[in-house]
Amino acid sequence: MKKLMLGNAAFARGLYEAGVTVVSSYPGTPSTEITEYAAEYDEMYAEWAPNEKVAMEVAIGASIAGSRSFCGMKHVGLNVAADPLYTAAYTGVNGGMVIAVADDPGMHSSQNEQDSRHHAIASKVLMVEPSDSSECKEFVKASFDLSEEFDTPVIVRMCTRVAHSQSAVELCDRVVPAQKPYEKNPAKYVMMPAFARGRHVFVEERLEKLRAYAETSPLNKVIDNGGDIGIITSGISYQYAREAMGDKASYLKLGIVNPLPVDLIKNFCAKYKTVYVIEELDDIIETHCKKMGLDVKGKEIFGYIGEFSQAIVAEKLLGEKKESAVFDGNVPVRPPVMCAGCPHRGLFYCLSKNKITVSGDIGCYTLGASAPLSAMDTTICMGASISALHGFNKARGAEAEKSTVAVIGDSTFMHSGMTGLVNIAYNATNSTVIILDNSITGMTGHQQNPTTGKNLKGDPAAAVNLEELCKAIGIKRVRVVDPYNLAETEAAIKEELSIEEPSVIISRRPCALLKYVQHKPALKVDADKCKSCKMCMKLGCPAISMKDGKAVIEHTQCVGCGICQEMCKFGAIE
Amino acid sequence: MDTRSIMIVGVGGQGSLLASRLLGNVLLAQGYDVKVSEVHGMSQRGGSVVTYVKYGDEVFSPVIEKGEADVIISFEQLEAARWVPYLKKGGKLITSTQKLDPMPVITGAAEYPENIVEKIKAAGVEVTAVDALGLAEQAGNAKASNVVLMGKVASQTEFDDKLWQDAIEQCVPAKFLELNKKAFELGKNA
Repeated sequence: MKKLMLGNAAFARGLYEAGVTVVSSYPGTPSTEITEYAAEYDEMYAEWAPNEKVAMEVAIGASIAGSRSFCGMKHVGLNVAADPLYTAAYTGVNGGMVIAVADDPGMHSSQNEQDSRHHAIASKVLMVEPSDSSECKEFVKASFDLSEEFDTPVIVRMCTRVAHSQSAVELCDRVVPAQKPYEKNPAKYVMMPAFARGRHVFVEERLEKLRAYAETSPLNKVIDNGGDIGIITSGISYQYAREAMGDKASYLKLGIVNPLPVDLIKNFCAKYKTVYVIEELDDIIETHCKKMGLDVKGKEIFGYIGEFSQAIVAEKLLGEKKESAVFDGNVPVRPPVMCAGCPHRGLFYCLSKNKITVSGDIGCYTLGASAPLSAMDTTICMGASISALHGFNKARGAEAEKSTVAVIGDSTFMHSGMTGLVNIAYNATNSTVIILDNSITGMTGHQQNPTTGKNLKGDPAAAVNLEELCKAIGIKRVRVVDPYNLAETEAAIKEELSIEEPSVIISRRPCALLKYVQHKPALKVDADKCKSCKMCMKLGCPAISMKDGKAVIEHTQCVGCGICQEMCKFGAIE
Repeated sequence: MDTRSIMIVGVGGQGSLLASRLLGNVLLAQGYDVKVSEVHGMSQRGGSVVTYVKYGDEVFSPVIEKGEADVIISFEQLEAARWVPYLKKGGKLITSTQKLDPMPVITGAAEYPENIVEKIKAAGVEVTAVDALGLAEQAGNAKASNVVLMGKVASQTEFDDKLWQDAIEQCVPAKFLELNKKAFELGKNA
């Protein structure tokens, strides 16, 4: 049966069919749905780990135990998990182990545009790259076989357009290989120097065996249409090239992106007058070709930045540009915004009003940086809000401690914020940290986390008590506020900033999009009472706008959170 | 058959994912190769969202670029204006008449353009405008305006009604099935 499946759903299907039994991941766009779909198969154990490093270590443990295992993450998540990856590359596997890393060219939902192929090269493991949903499933299954055959973790590189596109997939049955016996083998699994030296030799030999395999692997394909133009490409770039160039070019589609073959590429290049390398982000295939002395063209035409498309390939290689209709007039941009009723809004309003310097973090609440709230000064990576605040305050001293806060979500705090808070307590700055506890991992689409009391399957689970955790870390001043209550929230922020002690404010209110959250009826503006002062507009609520000089509330969006009522001095909002 | 391209555009939260999945399933059942490209993550939060649906004998790229779309289905007028340049010459637009102010308009930094539908028609585009929100509220829930619009799309395409009904049953949770079927009918007859 053929089924239309998201790349991520097809990936999960591949895990199922390959007989995987342990899945551990941390959510991150565009990788999240792999693990969500995996959890729908009762035959596989699947969990959300607190961060990617933990997830990968869980997968390593399951592999050593003899089962097929998986962990998934976005590109920046692999940085967090790089530590276990680089040594798991030495230990190799027992049961097959596959890692998904999802790159985000164009940064649809990311803070940088890094190319994860570098991690595969540096850690010297096999990396494959599918280009549609059907390949997602097939490459995942092949990866488990290769993982066991070559004794290596295998990384499957996804990207946004493959992960989040649906295409037809043929379903097969699940085949679970017998669990491999676990045998104590310190020379393979205890990576102390004496043993690791031996394993490094193995790693280098394995890399050459993998390269030899890549020369003839069915995952690398040549589509020979004759002609003068050859294109070397992989993943989604292949789809763009194929659509733009059709039969006007021949293709070497690399399913294995590390290690890259030598003879296969040389022989391909020898057949065509001009050879282009089309790869998004960095020049990895191109550099490999140039190291072999091959005359290929790539980045000087296509550049290093953003996503490609069939239109870009057609324009660069054929000089073709499509005609299109034109709209006569300015079209205002529509950036993403915090939802109507978002509990973060009240908190950010209080920070903005008091002109506080805000060390930010990764999540929905990063949108607090946008106008009109403009309540964020920095965003670097998961957990950086807290540790960077400590550094900022060490550098600028006591005055800074009175006007700076860190903001971090509940899931991000569990991911890597806790260690920063330990540092604040241990190395003593009078920093104020605000945990935005909306009882869910919001940005990636409502995943459970260790604070929510539920696991990935939605079953009851142990819940971390944030107040007790912060106290145990050594923060004596820990308090909880409701961000729908602006007066209480503002008073708490001012008080904690003024006191010469580290403190944590937990701003607690569930995400307004959670199904169990009961919404109040939409509010209305009494136009007669509205004095057009625009105080309510300072909240940046997408439900409120000015029409004919008066504030109006869009009834399909308003969830009755009431913070605009608190802002209105004239009682015009009911 | 050459690949045909349909874009579904709107504002994050309006339900374009469901609409694209309905269309994708109908096209697959019709025997086409299909690719549907979605938007997840940050862009979904009230931002401009676009979903691409492509079908034909063999579809390669999942994305649609300027001048390539045969049809644009828009859930909101400003979004229709934004994505019009993606229509090919002679392309069609089916749009809801709903208007949602983006943040720059809310903060007063920009103005919502006037007479959008007229201006798009003036650019030589065939436009069908539907009060999808009004009809969805008539069906029982404002959120069903996505399915109202798909009803309108169904009335302009040759695919068998049974395929649409099957797709709705596959993609919509049971408790919202009646509501969505009603919304679909209202859209079809609008």
